[in-house]
This record gives sequence, structure tokens and C-alpha cells, in this order.
Amino acid sequence: MKRRSYFLMFTALLGFIFLYVPMISLVIYSFNKSKLVGVWGGWSLKWYGELFQNEQIIDAALLSFNIAFITSCLAVILGTMAGFALTRMGRFKGKMLLSGWITAPLVMPEVITGLSLLLLFVTMESLFGWPAERGTLTIIIAHTTFCMAYVAVIVQSRLADMDESLEEAAMDLGAKPSSLFFLVTLPLIAPAIISGWLLSFTLSLDDLVIASFVSGPGNSTLPMVIFSKVRLGVTPEVNALATLMILIVAVGVVVAMLQMRRKQKNDETEA
Amino acid sequence: MSKLPGLARVGEVLANRKLPALVMKVNWGRQMVISIPFLWLAIFFFIPFVVVLKISFSEAAIAIPPFSDLFEWDPDGAYATFKLNLGNFLFLLEDTFYLDAYLSSVKIAAIATALTLIVGFPMAYLIARAEPNRRLFLLALVILPFWTSFLLRVYAWMALLKRGGPINDILIAFGFIDEPIRMLQTDFAVYIGIVYTYLPFMILPLYSVIEKLDGSLLEAAEDLGCRPIQSFFLVTVPMVMPGIIAGCLLVFIPAVGEYVIPSLLGGSDTLMIGRVLWDEFSINRDWPMASAVAIVMLVVLVLPIMFVRNRIGNKGEV
Amino acid sequence: MTTEEKSNQTNSDTNPLTAPVPDLWRDPNATPFVEIENITKKFGDFTAVDNVSLKIYKRELFCLLGGSGSGKSTLLRMLAGFEAPTSGRILIDGVDMAGIQPWNRPVNMMFQSYALFPHLSVEKNVGFGLRRDGMAEEDVKRRVKEMLDMVQLGHLAKRKPNQLSGGQRQRVALARSLIKRPKLLLLDEPLGALDKKLREETQFELINLQEELGVTFIVVTHDQEEAMTLSTRIGVMNHGEIVQVGEPHDIYEYPNSRYVAQFVGSVNMIAGKVSVDEVDHVVVESEEAGCTMRIDHGISCAPNQEVHVALRPEKIMVAHDKPEQDLNCMKGRIEEIAYMGSLSVFRVRLPSGKEIRVTQPNYARDMGARFTWEDEVYLYWDVDSSVVLTV
Repeated sequence: MKRRSYFLMFTALLGFIFLYVPMISLVIYSFNKSKLVGVWGGWSLKWYGELFQNEQIIDAALLSFNIAFITSCLAVILGTMAGFALTRMGRFKGKMLLSGWITAPLVMPEVITGLSLLLLFVTMESLFGWPAERGTLTIIIAHTTFCMAYVAVIVQSRLADMDESLEEAAMDLGAKPSSLFFLVTLPLIAPAIISGWLLSFTLSLDDLVIASFVSGPGNSTLPMVIFSKVRLGVTPEVNALATLMILIVAVGVVVAMLQMRRKQKNDETEA
Repeated sequence: MSKLPGLARVGEVLANRKLPALVMKVNWGRQMVISIPFLWLAIFFFIPFVVVLKISFSEAAIAIPPFSDLFEWDPDGAYATFKLNLGNFLFLLEDTFYLDAYLSSVKIAAIATALTLIVGFPMAYLIARAEPNRRLFLLALVILPFWTSFLLRVYAWMALLKRGGPINDILIAFGFIDEPIRMLQTDFAVYIGIVYTYLPFMILPLYSVIEKLDGSLLEAAEDLGCRPIQSFFLVTVPMVMPGIIAGCLLVFIPAVGEYVIPSLLGGSDTLMIGRVLWDEFSINRDWPMASAVAIVMLVVLVLPIMFVRNRIGNKGEV
Repeated sequence: MTTEEKSNQTNSDTNPLTAPVPDLWRDPNATPFVEIENITKKFGDFTAVDNVSLKIYKRELFCLLGGSGSGKSTLLRMLAGFEAPTSGRILIDGVDMAGIQPWNRPVNMMFQSYALFPHLSVEKNVGFGLRRDGMAEEDVKRRVKEMLDMVQLGHLAKRKPNQLSGGQRQRVALARSLIKRPKLLLLDEPLGALDKKLREETQFELINLQEELGVTFIVVTHDQEEAMTLSTRIGVMNHGEIVQVGEPHDIYEYPNSRYVAQFVGSVNMIAGKVSVDEVDHVVVESEEAGCTMRIDHGISCAPNQEVHVALRPEKIMVAHDKPEQDLNCMKGRIEEIAYMGSLSVFRVRLPSGKEIRVTQPNYARDMGARFTWEDEVYLYWDVDSSVVLTV
């Protein structure tokens, strides 16, 4: 039985190496003076300097952050509503439809979602004259549509796990449904909403395919700019950009984990 | 306000044992909460498919937008003609290029999914069987790459796999090969890319079922004469099947339609339907054809999988 | 042990003897079937089982009784082979079990949670072990059918475990663990998940089955009543050690420590000081009881040693009038009466403040009315009713 667990540890270790080698290589190459991947030209911060002078990348990054911020806020509102409707509102007309629609974007290939939304926008434009042009607004709409699905699923599973007697107790004490939601339900599902927001932000920031379909000329998001650069081959500024992203995410995850640890400890001492 | 109405409500709750019964009375809020997301999804998720379906039956045209309308008004305005153009679908069947692309996508996605399962299973198993306080850390290690850019993760492999890249250097240094081999722009690179980017989607559902697996079942199997390898296939695998299925679907479905990975890591001969659709749309500007490809993809690949998934239920869902 | 030997266990005793159980453990020359020699198991700094030695004989139904964390389950798991002892030896039928994996041991286990495979039918669950030994399919079918008929589940063979009631699941688990005809069956809280009424019925089924098949059973339980009903002998465990081994009667009537006396049944523990210590009797002076107590067995102790006298509630008699004896007689006031139908429980407060629990069988219908709250009563008992405990 011991032997089996060594085998398991070995294969799992290989898996973790597989996960991290590419990321570590990105970080190392971002400090490489040479432009060629195979050649080590010594340590240098040159590419970081070039990254911050590249207006195209900076503009695209600002646009992407903008879109991601608005998208995740909208997605959280719509997704929470949908999740709440599906778990706490009993039966209503179209419930099956709603629950089908809310999970479908999760498994829909991006090319299909992107194409279908583009064709919708084009058709709407020719019928109603809205949206007049494709760009930030259409990207936000497209991203909100698939991000709200993720939020809804997270909120739904949190609500399903939650003890309904808490809400019953609040009603017993005289809370009306509206104040019940804001005073009891919302604080309880807050962690799910926060993780839904973060997930939406990342997904929106990360999306290339759907944004490429629905954006218009002159509205290039960060992934679109990276893609067009990377297609032509290895670009050292992109290494620098990737390193910065990895750094931000790693710090975020470490902070989140410490927070969770502390909360766990607090809970233990309280109990 | 006295407590009496509250008590009355509790009476109702107890009578019905269901919270919803009472929220039903508050109609306005309820209507809003249901109908806003419903309308949003109807307009931006469902109707688009109707539009795609409609356009797939139209003809390409040099115009803005670049397709003909199904309805054409007679110049006199007296009657409308309805033209249903099946040409796109017929062409899909005629030209084996599309069929090849579908088959090749399924093949590549299936192989990549199997590889992801092979890589992900030991990791999920190890995490689920680790001490509880270490589990969180290991899970974070698995999820962390997922939070960084997908595109950049694919890009990282471009650098690693290229002809003058570190993997070739290492293989040459150890004497496995004499000169650099082509790894980038092959199907092999596409497999690596898919396994790498979708690994968390496999590990998370697997983890959640393995974690719930009752250890005494494995002990019971051994007690009744199973060696560990037998108990793995006779007990562990059937017990974690819902997780395996959920994980495989979460990897397979997006992998079939993948566009970025074959474009960056695959060769020009790596045929995948997502790429075909994109090229049809952006290079050929044949929107009706692109729509037809999308519709067939949806009907042949996605809907059956979603159907299977619903049949199995959401047991292994994260 | 090889696979052939493992499967031999299934052929060795195809005709279970139906003779009454010989009391092998009373025979000093008998060869033990299971020998546990100085077994210790440590998990890190924690000692779960501490230097335990036990001899268990063929066709015994031996109960390991103890609270949670007493080490009884760990001991059982070492017998099954799921845990390796830190030190010490386990011999089963004369064979040292060190290094023998669970799947090669002549032992089967019935798990506390039953551990029925949820993806397999009742039939497949029960036949699982035989199929692993490569038995021919028709033989497996026949044996499974026999076994299911024996536990009266023949009609449910096609069901899945989640379609069965708790009691049915328990019987499937029992059938599954017995079908390989192990020399030794380990049962971890076999009745723990059943409700009270079902538990009582099942106890007797378990005993009948054990006698019929002639298998040696080792049962782990925390329920002292269950241990008393089931077992030929009981081993009481506490903090990883075996504190007393004996037949149920011995454990109940002659506990060797306050722990055992209190764990098995309920007991009044009265503190006192030894004044006379003879071979055949002891006299204890007790301020707590307000009387002198005489016990008709000797102990080895220092003069004037502080001891405890253990007195079971059902061995105390109650009267309004002073009985003739001066020894073993206390006076007190009834504080509480609980009428339980077959018996009544009194809580009597002594002048020292000590509370004594007394049970009286209701052998007549008006028994309940003979005593009432606040009655001044005398409590008295015979010299052979109590036990002196030094530890």
C-alpha cells in the first residue's frame, strides 16, 4: 500500500511540474536581455521598460479593465437574481427554460456564442438602428451574458447549501421579503457573490474569441492585442506582461488564502 | 407592527413546508427578479441562435451586412418572397473539408480529454486524500494558473516547444535526439495546450467526488480479497464515475470548439472546426456559411452532450 | 499466505459443527485461536492501543467494550490488517500476521457503516469476495443464494443497497462478510445503526448465526447491554488498555475497578475506609453512607486504606421500618421517583448529602404507591451484594 502512494505522489508531482514549468519559464524569459528564447543574454529589465512605453498595450489594457469591471458588476446583479429565482422562488413559468439558459453558456463553444451575438447585433442594428456601432458596449453585453451564468451557478449552489430556516426565522421575527433579502440572505451569500465577481472579472479580462467577434474597428482589448503580437512569434514584452499578471494573481491568491486561514482560526476559537 | 402577521406567516410556512409559497404573494419584486435575467438571456442568448439559424439559410452577398435577406419584397410591394437557401448545408455535406474538420475536432478533443483525465486523476486523488489543512493549499496551486491569462498560458508553450526552445535543448543535452525536432505546430502541441489549459476543469469535479468517497469501501474491498489495483477498478472508478463524466464534458465541449490553441500551437494542417468557423467568418466573410457550420456543430456535437449531461444529472458538478 | 491458502479457508470447515460452544477459555491447556501479544499502536505521539495482550479461543463471541477513543476499533483494524502494529505480534490460528495484507488474511470484517458498494446489487455485493477468489460463476450464484436465504434476504437479491432499510443493509453486510467462511469475523459496532427494537431482535439472530456457522466473532461495541447479551467474554478497554477480561457475569458482578463498575451498568460508589481485612470478608467504615459495611470477599490492601464499595441499584432493598441488620443499612429520604413500568427508580438522599440510586421491581400492581416523595426510608443489602474496589 505504501508503494502505491509513492507512485501516486510521483505522478501528481509530475502534474504540478507540468502546471508550473511554463509559467516559471515565462517569468525567467521576461528578464532575458536577448530577444531570442533559446539564447540567454543576461538579466535585464529592458522588456518591462518597453512594455510601459507600448501605448497600444497600455490602451488595450485600460479598455479591458474597464470592460471587465462593468461586466462583473452587471453579471453579479443579473446572476444573483437568476440564482435566487431558481432556488428561492418555487415554481414559475419558464423555470426550466431559465435554468437551461443559465447553464448553457458555460458549455457553449466560444466561437458559437461569439458568432451568434455578432449576428444578433448586426440584425438589431439593421432593424432598430441599435447598437449603432460595435465596440465597448457590445463587448460588455456579450461578456455579461456568459459571466452571469457563472455567477448564477455559484450563487445557486450557495443558496442550495444554505439552511432555509435562517430565512424562516427572520420572517418569523417580522422581516418582509425585501428586507429579508438585504438583511439576511445577501450577507450570507456574500462570499459567493464576491467569488462570482472575481471570476467574471478574470473571464472578461481573458476573453479573446467572443470579443473579437463582437468588437468593432479600433476597439482592441488586451487579449486581442496580445494575440496579434503572439501570432507573429515570441514577443519579449508579452513575457513581461505575463510576469506582471502572474505576480498580481499570486499575490491575490496568497492574500485570499491567508484571509481564509484567519477566518477558519477565528471560527475555531469562537467555537 | 405587531408580531401577529409574522406568526401567521410562520403558520403558512409550517403548513406548506415551503418558503416559496409565501414569497409568491409579493408579486412585483418577484416578477422583477425572475424576468430581468430571463429577458436578458432571451435577448442575448436565445434569440441569437434563432438569428444564426435564419442566416444559415440565407445567401452570402457583397453587402453590409454580407448576406441576403430571407424575405424579399417585390418592388411593387404587393407580395413577399420567402427564399430558404439550403445551399450552405448542402455544401457542408458536399465538401469533405467540413466533415473532416468535424471529425478531426472530435478526435483531437477526445484524445486531449483522455490525456487530461490521465494527468488530472492522480492529482485530484492526491489532493482529496491529503491532510485537510494541506488540501486548500494544493487546490489553490491547481487553480492559480487558471486565474492568469489563458492566452498567455498557451503562449508560454509556444516558447517552450519551438525549435530552438528549452525542451529541444534539454532533449539534445541528454542525448535523446541529435537535432531539434518539430513540436510546435503539430497536433502534439495542441494536445499539450488543451491538457494544460483545461486541467483545472478536470481536477475540480474529480476532487469533489473523490473527497466524498468513503474510505471504508476500499477497505471492505481489500478485506474481501481485492488487491489495491483491483479495488481501484472495481470500487474507486465506478464510485467516482460522475466526477469523471463531469470533468470529461467540461474539457471535451470547449476543446471541440477551441480556436486559440490550434491557431497558436497547431500546424496549418491541424484542422479544427472552431478555426474553420472563424476563418469562414473573418477571412472568407461568408457569414451564412459560418452560421451553417455553427448550427451543425450545435446540433451534432453540443446538444447531444448536453442531453447526456442532463440525463446523468448534476452529481459530479462543482 | 498465498491466494490458494486464502481460498482454502472456504473449504476447511464446510460442515460447521453444531455442538454447543465449549468453554475453551476456562481450560488453561487450550490453544488460543487468536493471540494478541503486547500490541501497541501509536499515531504520532498518541498511543491508541497500549501494550494489549489477549487470547481468544475458537468459536468464541468476544466483545471489545469501551467508550470512543478507547482503542477498540484500532485493535480491530490491526486484526483485519488495515493498520500495522507499532510493536507486538498478532497470531491467528498459529500464523503470525505481520506483513500479511488485508486481502490475504483469513479474516473478514463487517464495517460499522456497512461499507456496502452502492453501485452493486445485493447479490453482487455478497458475491464480491468469492468472485475475487476466482470461484466458478455457478458456485458463486449458489453460495450467494444460500447465504441470502440464511439471512432472509433472498427476495431482495436484485436491489441496490440504497433501496434497503437499515436492518436489511445490516444483514447484507453480515452476509457479505460471512460468505467467504472466514475463520474469524470482525464486527465493528454491528448493531450501532439500528433502532432499539430492531437491535434487540438482531442480537439473537447474530448469536444463532454464530453458533450455527461455528465462526469466531470479535465484536467491537460501546453498548454494554449489547456486549452482555452477545458475548461469551468481554474485554473492557480504556485509554488503549484492556482493563478487564471476563465472562459477562464476572464483569458485572466482580468488576475489578471503579471504571469497569461504572462503565458496565449503573452503580452506587460509596467511599470508605477498611477497618477489618480478613481472608473471607472485609469491613468498611463509611462516613458517606453513615454505616458500617461488610463484604464477604477478601482483598489485598493496606490497613485503613481508602476504598470504594460498589453497590448495584437493583441489589438494594427499601423499607419504611428499620430492618433487623445494623451492618449494610443506610437511612435516607426519597427525593425522586421514576416509574418505568417494569421497575421504579428511586433517588435517595443520605444525611451526608450522598445520593443513592435504587431500583425496585414492580412485582405487584400497587408497588408504585408504597413509597412516595419525602419518605424517610431504610436502604439495606446482603453481604454478598457489594464489591470492594481499591482502584
